[in-house]
Amino acid sequence: MSALIENVTCKFCGCLCDDITVEVEGDRILKAKRACPNGRGMFLNYDPTSRKPLVDGQIVGWDEAVSATTDILNEADSPLIYGLSSTSTEAQRKAVELADRLGAIIDSTSSVCHFPTSLAVQTVGEATCTLGEVKDRADLLIFWGCNPLVSHIRHFSRYSANAKGLLTPNGRKDRTVVVVDVRPTQTSKAADRFLQIEPGSDYEVLTSLRALIQGKNIEHGVGGLSSEQLQELAHMMKTCRYGVAFFGMGLTMTPGRNYNVAELFTLGAELNCYNRFSVIPMRGHGNVAGADQVLTWLSGYPTAVSFARGYPQFGPGEFTTVDILSRGEADAALIVASDPIAHLPWMAAKSLERIPTILMAPTTNCSSKVAKVILPTACYGIDAPGTSYRMDNVPLRLRAVFPNTRPTDEEIFSRIIKAVKQC
Amino acid sequence: MEDFFTLITGRTKGQAHGLHSGAGSPAHLEATSFIEICPEDMTRLGIKDGQMVRLRSDAGLVEAPAHTATLPSGLVFIPMGPTANALVGPDTFGSGMPLFKGQRVKLERI
Repeated sequence: MSALIENVTCKFCGCLCDDITVEVEGDRILKAKRACPNGRGMFLNYDPTSRKPLVDGQIVGWDEAVSATTDILNEADSPLIYGLSSTSTEAQRKAVELADRLGAIIDSTSSVCHFPTSLAVQTVGEATCTLGEVKDRADLLIFWGCNPLVSHIRHFSRYSANAKGLLTPNGRKDRTVVVVDVRPTQTSKAADRFLQIEPGSDYEVLTSLRALIQGKNIEHGVGGLSSEQLQELAHMMKTCRYGVAFFGMGLTMTPGRNYNVAELFTLGAELNCYNRFSVIPMRGHGNVAGADQVLTWLSGYPTAVSFARGYPQFGPGEFTTVDILSRGEADAALIVASDPIAHLPWMAAKSLERIPTILMAPTTNCSSKVAKVILPTACYGIDAPGTSYRMDNVPLRLRAVFPNTRPTDEEIFSRIIKAVKQC
Repeated sequence: MEDFFTLITGRTKGQAHGLHSGAGSPAHLEATSFIEICPEDMTRLGIKDGQMVRLRSDAGLVEAPAHTATLPSGLVFIPMGPTANALVGPDTFGSGMPLFKGQRVKLERI
């Protein structure tokens, strides 16, 4: 007999939709009502069956697996703790405690998504708001270098373009949607204006918009846009009631990276001389924003933190995972709720084959193939409760729809912390 | 014939769907193992839709089928995944972020 569990939070992406109704029968999820295809795939494909840890491919008990993990971490001179974006805030806190105790380097998957955004925030700050304000107030939405209709599928309906709010009772009719990108996308097809810019020209286009908003004249085109297109966009930004720019990896992964983002943040801040304007990064994984939050509370820095000297040091390019792995500087790795073998450049990821790697994750993934120790923990938001941060840094509670048959990341971290030696 | 292109990687619905089957699963590999090029560049290089092409960067080499897509000339797109990751170099220029969008690649038909 099936049971319905309402108001479940989906943690697939940074939207953290918290209105999902899940139908459960036994140890299977039959339906995930209101979830998008991405969220539905996460719920319906999850296998909550109790699994035992593996050490060198052999099934072992949890005590033995924790002991093997502890031995690896104790013997390492420069261990790396990486991932964190799909675990809970409570577990992230424990991960930082473990890094501090070990003198390890700790870095989240933010490192390869919105780390340039963190660098930009450190440089120029950010004018931001919650997604609730976007829903209630925004009449101009700009999506820059992102494709939410593929990556954050319910963003339009719950928070932005199509959402009906306090001052936007007619939803889509009350808003103008602009997409800026180097190629047409599903999102650009749903926009009122699509401005196709030349690859790598984001910084120049943003600087031109700042100049126009300051009243300067630009007679020539920039980055593939005509002066008329630039002037029209600048006018829309300056005269809207409440504008919000969402941006994605089209800014953070292209040349210019944090400088691109800083220019957009600066533009957003300057627009507040005329109206209200906010800038929000489209965060990918369900709790990648939480990883930034927790690391910042505890160390002062959002990611790329080394505790090797007994105090936190921040090092973009030095303590970031791709750099550490490609230089062969880590001699052990603890991967938490992520899959670097599948998602990092192979020239960096292959380093994990040469060092003892521990994988703490609820499902098997590409990194399982190189892991010496596999710790199959419970999945937050499905068979364990926890806390997660939405893309606008609002913390939400994740509910469990099953009783967990495996320990949580937080519990395993606590056991490892007790067992490892203090550096 | 061969020519230089700028590679951008990105998410697709198929890539996300493939991840639900497991990273590295046949569904995931199928959804991430192709190259998109604009029709003009396909014609210029004499490549037919679905034909295998070779892409080479300083980091590695891949062979995958090419498909036409609405892209600007000089740009190729590969969904995020193992094929793209073989081409993206590990240099982050001090930022931590590799060139997932903007990697220079050489394309040739096979």
